[in-house]
Amino acid sequence: MLESIVSYGLAVGAVYALIGITYNVMFTASRVFSFTAGMLGMLGGVLGALFIDQMGLPVIVGLVATLACGAVIGVVTEIVTVRPVLKSLEQHLYVLSTLAFALLVQQFTAIEWGTEARPFPRLFKIGAGFLDQQFWLPLLACAVTVIGLELLYRRTLIGRAFLAISEDNYAARALGLPEQWLRIASFMLAGMIGTLAGFSGGELLLAFFGNQSILNFYGFVPVALGGMGSNRGALIGGLALGVFQQTANFLVGGVFAAVAVFAVFIVVLLLRPEGLAGALGARRV
Amino acid sequence: MTDTTAQTGNGRPKGYRSTRYEGLLPFAILAIAGVALPLFDDSYIGLIATRACIYWILVAGLNLVVGFAGQIAIGWVALLTLGAYTTSVLTAGAAMPALPPYLALLIAAVAGAAFGVIVGLPALRLRTFYFAMTTLGFATIVTQVALAWKSVTGGGIGVAGPVFPSPFEPGWGFYYLCFGLAAVATWMTANIAASRFGRSLVAIRDAEVAAEASGIAKPLLLVTVFMFSGALAGIAGGLFASLQTYITPDAFTFDLSILFFIAILIGGRGSIIGPLLGTIILTVLPEFAAPLVAWSTFLYAALLLAIVLAMPGGIADLLDFKNRRPLERHREVVPRPEMLAHLLRGEGSILSLANVVLSFGGVRAIDGLDLDVRPGEVHGLIGPNGSGKTTTLNVISGYYAPQSGSVRLGDAVLPPGAARARASHRIARTFQTPRVIGGASVLDNVKIGGTIDGHGGFIEAMLTLPRHRRDETALRERALLALSAVGLESLADVRADRLQHSELRFVEIARALMLSPSILLLDEPAAGLSAEEIRRLGALIKSISRAGTSVLLVEHHADLIFDICDRVTVLNLGKVLAAGTPDEIRSHREVVSAYLGA
Repeated sequence: MLESIVSYGLAVGAVYALIGITYNVMFTASRVFSFTAGMLGMLGGVLGALFIDQMGLPVIVGLVATLACGAVIGVVTEIVTVRPVLKSLEQHLYVLSTLAFALLVQQFTAIEWGTEARPFPRLFKIGAGFLDQQFWLPLLACAVTVIGLELLYRRTLIGRAFLAISEDNYAARALGLPEQWLRIASFMLAGMIGTLAGFSGGELLLAFFGNQSILNFYGFVPVALGGMGSNRGALIGGLALGVFQQTANFLVGGVFAAVAVFAVFIVVLLLRPEGLAGALGARRV
Repeated sequence: MTDTTAQTGNGRPKGYRSTRYEGLLPFAILAIAGVALPLFDDSYIGLIATRACIYWILVAGLNLVVGFAGQIAIGWVALLTLGAYTTSVLTAGAAMPALPPYLALLIAAVAGAAFGVIVGLPALRLRTFYFAMTTLGFATIVTQVALAWKSVTGGGIGVAGPVFPSPFEPGWGFYYLCFGLAAVATWMTANIAASRFGRSLVAIRDAEVAAEASGIAKPLLLVTVFMFSGALAGIAGGLFASLQTYITPDAFTFDLSILFFIAILIGGRGSIIGPLLGTIILTVLPEFAAPLVAWSTFLYAALLLAIVLAMPGGIADLLDFKNRRPLERHREVVPRPEMLAHLLRGEGSILSLANVVLSFGGVRAIDGLDLDVRPGEVHGLIGPNGSGKTTTLNVISGYYAPQSGSVRLGDAVLPPGAARARASHRIARTFQTPRVIGGASVLDNVKIGGTIDGHGGFIEAMLTLPRHRRDETALRERALLALSAVGLESLADVRADRLQHSELRFVEIARALMLSPSILLLDEPAAGLSAEEIRRLGALIKSISRAGTSVLLVEHHADLIFDICDRVTVLNLGKVLAAGTPDEIRSHREVVSAYLGA
């Protein structure tokens, strides 16, 4: 039982962590909290099943096509919901615009794909029992993403440019950094990470339109608690959340697990609105 | 004509009455249509109309939360679920002796009020997106609990909804019950919206800092509104369960939450009629075209996106004909200081800062400042950028708590921090960038300043009881007086975002005067004004001080300072560089070299 809690919990936790990182990648580029993170995760599962199961494409082609779709949707998100709103005075409008866009895509999926959860294809026939690929695949995807992002941010020029605009938007622009293109690139990257999350966790979560709200919430919990923008917080928080949820599932049942996660989330945020590792913003007068 | 009425102190700008009734017309049409609807004798129409009424009862309350207070509460279906289950379970009698449906409905309202506070509480601490997420979480949790708590809720099988006895039996009788409650909900929320509580909610939404300076208690007000809104949602839930005749957790999808939320935004924030029309449209629209039903949430989402991107004002903005009438082009603000005598009480007390120290990290923004502002004088505070002028104002008005030193007003020690408590000490201020509510009229903006002088409570406002009506009359008179004192009475009914920048500075002064301040703090009031306007501003400030109010003036226009100040303090690097009369300062060698220039 312990093994199944740990393997299942870590796998789901890795998906949460990836969704959390998706939030972060969009946030650092634009200071926007986007409701599209969960939508991307949902699409990763649905598109993967569509390409590989329904259309019979090879696994690797299906993965590439899914990520490409994620990238396109990321760019569309930036153009349709973020750019017009960033200009306006009332910045919280992005909450509404990204929510509306995410709902549009979700409803479209529900109508075209159906509201029933459909199976996600088995990709590799490696591993058995608790070492089954459905458990290690999300962890692998998560590790690849975290290491890849770290290399990108630390080692490449474009990665440093990302960091610069997230640190100080105005100063970065004054230095001549193409802020808009960097923001588009970030949303593209976020689109790929989000769909990768859904794709790698497809066998666990199935290809289901309702995953959107679940992933939106459980992907947000680790970043909110760890501090917005911190990938380390998202990783640790996501994995811990997955394991905690599974443990509670086994011990006290699903509903109480959900209530417990929610209660912890609310209480921690009320005590420390900036997250456990974050810092408070400046005064506004 | 406005001139003469304003001078008598009880006039109102021309056309005030007529615009008021203009706004009532759509409500009257809807009321007549609602009462006459059974003439159709079509049970299908009745069903849809009943549903629209029930949705509106919930949306009416939620409108105060979303449309007025600006809180992004997207999971409000949780409260509908709670109300529906409370009423159904209590009337079904499976878990305990059955209660009559009306009593059950009342208990649902109480439960809704309590739960509304729980759902809303995070709004006091969290930023918009975080709060939106917590309400979303609540919506998921409530459905899951309803599914799991089988012994009470029947789990996935569900429970029968309440049946109301005659005269409100299912059919048109039940419709009239829902319609009547919807009408009452409309009336109550409209009363709140037009009261100082409604204006305070909008102030919290659009000008939170100014709301704080006016003494508006955000936590108390928001909790009250969440309670009210939760109670209405609880009632709506009970009626919803009765309309459905049988409820399961499936009936409470997130799509419903979206419908409620979007109805408000389509209608327009800060309006009652807009969201009402929005609710009717969203309820009725999918019924007309059967193929649309599957796409309804898709369409709602598309509408939301279109509204946010293209028409943030919503339906209410389209209906706001009054504010599309062009304004006079070449307007001049001509203050009339003689009106001040009606506004100010002339009992200033001395404000003294002693050895105040405030540092941000390693920077000492204020470094041992002593300052006395005496009643009836204009005290200028000048100095180079970064010398601590605005920081001093922020310490006095409680936005910053100094590390040491004291701020006293008369004999009272002002508690450090505690910005909201400053209004009760009659300390008023204006801001470097005017903090006004763009979507509200100039008059309503000014009324914000007098919020703490209201006596009637929330319930009295909701029911327009006499004490509340007296409050409102007094507030309007004072606001018109304040507006004529600063010279803006002709613009009283205009939406504030249509004004010029210089006019907004005078709006802020009028708002500050509403408090009958014993101290008035002005933060660069002359910035952006023309030379002529600065001269009039100077005369106004001087008269304010002569009426007994002490004025602390932070300003960069040296001419204005030396023209009207009785005493001047010069700051440099957080310390007093010099203090004295304008003449002494003008010839002070260090001041000249450090700041004024030779």
